[in-house]
Amino acid sequence: MIDAGISFHVSEKGYYGDFGGAFIPEMLYPNVEELRLHYLEYMMEPSFQKEFHFLLKDFVGRPTPLFKAERLSAKYNTQIYLKREDLCHTGAHKVNNTIGQILMAKRLGKHKIVAETGAGQHGVATATVCALMGMECIIYMGAIDIERQAPNVARMKMLGASVVAAQSGSKTLKDATNEAMRHWINHPVDTHYIIGSVVGPHPYPDMVAKFQSVISEEIKWQLQEKEGRDYPDYILACVGGGSNAAGAFYHYLDEPRTALIAAEAAGQGVSSGHSAATTFLGKPGVLHGSKSLLMQTEDGQVIEPYSISAGLDYPGIGPLHAHLATSGRAKFFDITDDEALEAALECSMLEGIIPALETAHALAVFGKLGAKPDEISVVNLSGRGDKDLATYQEKLKLNP
Amino acid sequence: MNRISTLFNSTQEPILNVYATAGYPNFGDTMLVLNALQEGGVDIIEIGMPYSDPIADGETIQQSNQVSLDQGMSVTHLFDQLKNMRQSISVPVLLMGYVNPVLQFGVERFCQKCQEVGVDGLILPDLPLAEYQQSYQTIFEQYGLLNIFLITPQTSDERIKQIDSISEGFIYMVSSASTTGAKTGISSDQEAYFKRIDAMKLKNPRLVGFGISDRESFMKASKGASGAIIGSAFVKLLGSAKNLREEIVGFVKSIKGLK
Repeated sequence: MIDAGISFHVSEKGYYGDFGGAFIPEMLYPNVEELRLHYLEYMMEPSFQKEFHFLLKDFVGRPTPLFKAERLSAKYNTQIYLKREDLCHTGAHKVNNTIGQILMAKRLGKHKIVAETGAGQHGVATATVCALMGMECIIYMGAIDIERQAPNVARMKMLGASVVAAQSGSKTLKDATNEAMRHWINHPVDTHYIIGSVVGPHPYPDMVAKFQSVISEEIKWQLQEKEGRDYPDYILACVGGGSNAAGAFYHYLDEPRTALIAAEAAGQGVSSGHSAATTFLGKPGVLHGSKSLLMQTEDGQVIEPYSISAGLDYPGIGPLHAHLATSGRAKFFDITDDEALEAALECSMLEGIIPALETAHALAVFGKLGAKPDEISVVNLSGRGDKDLATYQEKLKLNP
Repeated sequence: MNRISTLFNSTQEPILNVYATAGYPNFGDTMLVLNALQEGGVDIIEIGMPYSDPIADGETIQQSNQVSLDQGMSVTHLFDQLKNMRQSISVPVLLMGYVNPVLQFGVERFCQKCQEVGVDGLILPDLPLAEYQQSYQTIFEQYGLLNIFLITPQTSDERIKQIDSISEGFIYMVSSASTTGAKTGISSDQEAYFKRIDAMKLKNPRLVGFGISDRESFMKASKGASGAIIGSAFVKLLGSAKNLREEIVGFVKSIKGLK
């Protein structure tokens, strides 16, 4: 399954196979270069590690449980565990990264934070750590996303962040990212940009993956305790940019006994023209500072994606995932809006857990995976579904 | 010698480089705009290749990019519009844009087309120095294209020297930390920055860009450099002009101080 000699870790030049790099305007070079030169050193410092793990434990509530989903297991006639990232403070895995990056920002001497957000989970997680550390926080969010994720907008505001609507393009995550980058270009000296996914110029994809890798680090010992072996047969995660998947896959990238399974948002169907399934529809291209797979026209213009899930509504994918997809290391499934909604309802009714719409895409893979009765799967339950209640109400006809 | 280097070697007057988004305000206006700019006395023309996600550009240029794309502009159409450019345009011409459309067109095919229609150089703000040296420089040079690099107030002296050593033509000196069109005017801090760079005695001349919108800011910027670049202010004019040719000629003359 894994070709000897293929590396799934970032190279010195910031590449995963053919993907990655740092395609940034000169205005951002000093900041990105400073980060590149120091991120590993800062992360390894004992004082950094101590503070990071203290906050993950006492503020975020880690370790998150690894829960055996008995009724889902029975339904699909296989062994299913849920990695409960939805139980992290703020309701999703995103906070693992923002805790790491706010500590990084302090060491870089920055005292203002800018970030982009899609579903609002990364925005909330960023606003949360900024409140915790007393830093000024500006969040860019697509105008459409502001509408469909209103509860998260209110949370960010309550946490003291300024939420700015991105009005250009498709008015979703891609455009929020453009605006956040422009803000950083205009404020390079005092501001750190907390990217929320494993996208952006090197070293962001690697740094974010390393902060999120706490997920698979815990899965290893938790599975050892429960099953007597530290690896599952399958790890499943949804991929928009791919931060929760990167964290769940990280310690299994070189483990040949574990299949890596990624769920992409097919929207109304891969061929419908309303989709965000990048590995199915994308070609190599450059967006937001790195070379990766990208949904684009023949002329190289970025195509505006579509998904019911704001967190997966992105025309690109992290360079690590582009490499995992093209090398065959990870298997990608395309999951439609309807399949995700059905999976969300199923998980709620069978396990008493309402998942985020993003996460529901990963759960929907069980209908297609064909896992055997004695095989073990771990699904990264990346976020809780409170923020999606309005969508669930409408689509699942839950109104009284 | 390249038209750009010839220009810098032959004039003592401040050099005016004007940016215009291709296919804007209307799809078929590209050559009309180029001819009017030259008629007004511009020294260098920078043609913007529209892109869906121009992160180094502010609102004005972004919007013009979107309008142009919505009207059907593409790299292929642009080369078609420029195919007889050198029958009327004698000033140096640069193409400015983002790296992805160039990648999709094919880097070598793109450079070949540039040479065919008479483009002298490229400005690709999201193509960094290291990537340029590794994968693009040989091809650009093969087709006689100069790659224009940017420096900013935050660029270290060491990196400026490195950029100077690999540059030919001129260096694009970004006046302040910003996207295009975000700030106007030239402050005393910026003048100090221009002086600092001037004192480095680089081998390449510099043009100042970002924040230049009228004769006053043009002359101020030109004191610390060989000239300046106007983008957003001109694109605004394109967006609102009633008589395109006349207003373009008038705009260029007013900046250059010509009657």
